[in-house]
Amino acid sequence: MSIVTSQVDAGTAAAGLTTRRRGLGFIRILLSNGKATVGAVLLLIFCFVAAFPGVFTDDDPRADAYDRSMGLSSHHLLGTTAYGQDLWAQVIYGTRQSLVIAAVAGALATAISVIVGVAAGYLAGVADNVLSLLIDVFLVIPTFPLIIVIAAYKKSSLTVLIAVLVLTGWSYGARQMRVQTMSLRNRDFLQAARARGERRLYVIVVEVLPTMTSLIVAQFLGAALYSVLAAAGLQFIGLGDPNALSWGTILYFAENNEALQTNQYAWAVAPGVCIALLGAAFALLNYAFDEVSNPALRPVRRRGRRGVAGS
Amino acid sequence: MRFVLRRAGFFLLTLWSAMTLNFVIPRLMPGDPAEAIFARYKGRVSPTVVKALEAQFGIHNNKNIVLQYFDYLANTLRGRFGISTYYFPNPVSKEIATALPWTVMLVGITTLLAFLLGTLIGTVSAWRRGGALDSILPPVFVVTSAIPYFWVAMVFVLVFAVSLSWFPTAFGYTPGITIEPSMHFFLNAIDHAILPAVTILITSIGGWILTMRNNMITTLAEDYVRMGRAKGLTSRRVMFDYAARNAILPNLTGFAMSMGFVISGAILVEYVFSYPGIGFMLLQAVSGEDFPLMQALFLLITVAVLVAVLLADIVTALLDPRTRQNA
Repeated sequence: MSIVTSQVDAGTAAAGLTTRRRGLGFIRILLSNGKATVGAVLLLIFCFVAAFPGVFTDDDPRADAYDRSMGLSSHHLLGTTAYGQDLWAQVIYGTRQSLVIAAVAGALATAISVIVGVAAGYLAGVADNVLSLLIDVFLVIPTFPLIIVIAAYKKSSLTVLIAVLVLTGWSYGARQMRVQTMSLRNRDFLQAARARGERRLYVIVVEVLPTMTSLIVAQFLGAALYSVLAAAGLQFIGLGDPNALSWGTILYFAENNEALQTNQYAWAVAPGVCIALLGAAFALLNYAFDEVSNPALRPVRRRGRRGVAGS
Repeated sequence: MRFVLRRAGFFLLTLWSAMTLNFVIPRLMPGDPAEAIFARYKGRVSPTVVKALEAQFGIHNNKNIVLQYFDYLANTLRGRFGISTYYFPNPVSKEIATALPWTVMLVGITTLLAFLLGTLIGTVSAWRRGGALDSILPPVFVVTSAIPYFWVAMVFVLVFAVSLSWFPTAFGYTPGITIEPSMHFFLNAIDHAILPAVTILITSIGGWILTMRNNMITTLAEDYVRMGRAKGLTSRRVMFDYAARNAILPNLTGFAMSMGFVISGAILVEYVFSYPGIGFMLLQAVSGEDFPLMQALFLLITVAVLVAVLLADIVTALLDPRTRQNA
């Protein structure tokens, strides 16, 4: 196939056979894989902070109630911004938007990639050709510049931001879904289902999708990671909603107030660390799921137990 | 032949999509943001230019939308991108020409270095499965891949430019010195390029290491590698000539693509360092609401990627007969 695909193919070709047996044993995966455990714990902490920010701080993140640019102290764990806001409160309350963007944009992008990818792989023929072309076009168009161009016309809304991230983030996953579906198409259990006279939609939803659960989860994690980073980048250059509280916007104000040049380290460092930690949570989980669906990549010591055909 | 036609068709279709996106995006936006922006141009740029811009972006334009579209396509294909409103009255193409070399040099060289180093480290790390390199590097790079690269740039400015003053904090060269092909200017430019280059290098190398490592692991399980070992070849020979040579194929296409992405560059790194390249110019065009410049840059970036993809396709087809058969 085309160049765009070959790189992805190499990854998934080996992944090839995701076992049905493993199915929904996510908890088991989380506990048995060190990287996955760290990622899951990080993610849970961020979810908790996003849901109950009031537990962690009594300050109003928007109130510019304090002295400006104060250093770190017990009252202001991370000091205050040049506007006199409590930075710790800002970081805590900013968690919610970053997490919402990651979850919603990640989920929608995954949904589109599953629909388009599975349809292309399962239907084959003309439909596959058309859909593959669509996927390839979206893969090649440079996403970040496109996001910037779109956001330049219509900035400052969460919906637009998420829509743009979904539009630019679905194609890579769709490619993988297509390859995976194609490798399943002629397997016995699908032929059996067709022989039973099941409808196409039934075969896809009940027979095909469950075998790809771990790939879909990996897809979601990858899309969420992409959304976290791309959203932070957009907010950083001022193309997000400057009134909404998020880590990217905190960085935007830090940069615009020359926080780096004026020794306000915490202002520039803290939100970045949070973005990195949230991103790392998704990346670690993603890597762990990659190891699960591609046994060859697992650490060597476990190779002896490899029961599933992985090559 | 069929392969070449197919790829050429894809090339044209994607180019057309990118051009159409440029045409559609300003017209699709609710509330006509372009109109509001052009209202602000008045007084800043000459009335004839405003007229031309309005025509280009479909404002106060009674022409049929289809005709507008064909006008736009014709102008774009002839390379007429219009006048920059930010760098008024310079034409867009002239402004782009001044920024292009900076990005190509900085990001091009860094991408090449990242690819070579990353591939080498990935090869060795997969060869010594379970060794120190193999157990430390993958998790480390999984985590670093999650760090926003513009933030790495900010931290570098903080540590190496502001606190330690080892390097200049911004720009591609010291403002005020003349741009000339002299040793003095050259060293000055290098001095300014080191921090951005290191930022791009360490944030992009992880991807190369991981993909090369994973490809190598798949390749090392092949029979011909076992055969090489059985013949008693030195492990160096097996590692590079038998395994790495095949494992690098998928990475090669990825490399060609990333050379295409060189033009779009590390937009945010250029932004943090105020580096006078394409990425910084794109953001300036956005903040200066210079839509002609913005559109031309987006198109240039897309074309660069497309050309790279096309070249990579051809190279892969030459190197790997299997891809020719599948196409």
